[in-house]
Amino acid sequence: MTASVLTRPRTPAATVPAPRPRRRLGPGRAIPFGAVLGPALLLALWAVGSAAGWLDSRTLSAPWTVVTTAGELIADGRLQDNLAVSAQRAGLGLAIGTVIGTVLALVSGLSRWGEAILDGPVQIKRAIPGVALIPLLVLWLGIGEQMKITTIVLGVFVPVYIHTHNGLRSIDSRYVELGESLRLRPAVFLRRIVLPGALPGFLLGMRFAVVGAWLSLVVVEQINSTSGIGYMMDLARQYGQTDIIIVGLVLYGLLGLLSDGAVRLAQRKALSWRRTLAD
Amino acid sequence: MATHAGGLTGTRTVRVRGLRRGFGARTVLDGLDLEIGAGEFVALLGRSGSGKSTLLRALAGLDRDVAGTGLIDVPVQSSVVFQDARLLPWQRVLDNVVLGLPGPDAPRRGRAALAEVGLAGREQAWPHQLSGGEQQRVALARALVSEPELLLADEPFGALDALTRLRMHDLLRELCARHRPAVLLVTHDVDEAVTLADRVLVIDQGRITVDTAIDLPAPRSHRQPQFLAYRESLLRSLGVDRTEG
Repeated sequence: MTASVLTRPRTPAATVPAPRPRRRLGPGRAIPFGAVLGPALLLALWAVGSAAGWLDSRTLSAPWTVVTTAGELIADGRLQDNLAVSAQRAGLGLAIGTVIGTVLALVSGLSRWGEAILDGPVQIKRAIPGVALIPLLVLWLGIGEQMKITTIVLGVFVPVYIHTHNGLRSIDSRYVELGESLRLRPAVFLRRIVLPGALPGFLLGMRFAVVGAWLSLVVVEQINSTSGIGYMMDLARQYGQTDIIIVGLVLYGLLGLLSDGAVRLAQRKALSWRRTLAD
Repeated sequence: MATHAGGLTGTRTVRVRGLRRGFGARTVLDGLDLEIGAGEFVALLGRSGSGKSTLLRALAGLDRDVAGTGLIDVPVQSSVVFQDARLLPWQRVLDNVVLGLPGPDAPRRGRAALAEVGLAGREQAWPHQLSGGEQQRVALARALVSEPELLLADEPFGALDALTRLRMHDLLRELCARHRPAVLLVTHDVDEAVTLADRVLVIDQGRITVDTAIDLPAPRSHRQPQFLAYRESLLRSLGVDRTEG
């Protein structure tokens, strides 16, 4: 009897309406080299605009002029020197800001008192643009490196704090309960549950922070500076050299893009345990 | 299997006296008393809302936010198995097993515990790469690797499919025979209780209303008439009266 059921001819396909393909809800498979597609398109538009004469070279130098200028700047060493100074400022500010942001997020995330005392001031700082603080910082710290790095630190620690704090507070309370049932020592609880649980938030904060560090750099290097990419650009402004300004802009863009890419790479490595929409 | 006659009355692992717990105006545990002997396997049955999970959480010390009174005497060395496997998704399987386990030989003990639950070779897998049953076996390994005197299990097989559940019963019985912890297994499954336990309790309205020793020879099954008798009587005390047989 079962055999007869199995061998019964199936309904001819023609009479059955073809099943509609199931709609895919995730974003689908990754496009090869998808990350460079947008920037490449922008570059192409710029090149076409310059070649066709739609863009005046006094307003915006052509890409090839910018490349030649960059070559000259590298040849006489100005680019490397200024880049080294800028990178050092951004790196130092980023490092200090990240440590401060992380420590504040941990204190405020793990203790109610910490939150009561720290969270408010950080939210207030978040609402004040970095530029608005510069006059005060100049009065307090002068116009030297201290002021520049402090400004970067102030721009960096906020996103690190916000996202780490949020990641930490989103840790499933069931894991906290597990920790309690296993009688974990506070240090082990921190290392095994809190830090890895807050890591996705922290890395997201880092993505904002690395780009933010370069942005703050632009601001501080154009104020009373004698070195750095921002200074190089400010000098070019005085002589109307748009090509050098663009070299600086492209450099900032590249640095932001590269550092964001580095964080994303770290993200992929560190969060390989996750299965998400992105995979 | 029930050959621990010597120790039963002499060594008590759990002692609870006059336990009261309530949420707001609602009383969940109402002066409950409970004793579990060393190495004794006790199953706790109850309808939902009867307070069985509240009791287990009280014994596990996980109810600090719940108001209540009473005496609870449980060993420091006790482990909890939750209904969900509750593995840390960011730690590999072995690291989950040895979480909080002190000593330099923790990895070796963790590996041994994983081998015991049949997961040798999966030490470096991520939890999400395991099936539901495998995850729950890791949770069992984590609970037993510290050699607890008391194992508290809150419907540990409730989320598993029927076939996996049967295999987990065999595994749990085997592990308990070897490690001999006292066990309190909270469940709503009467068959599970009769299959596994030395003693079955029924909790109703915050008190233990039934306390039955299960006296059945080793390979317990539905084919034993005594099994069915226990089952019927327990179902009746849970308010399920099926006269059709």
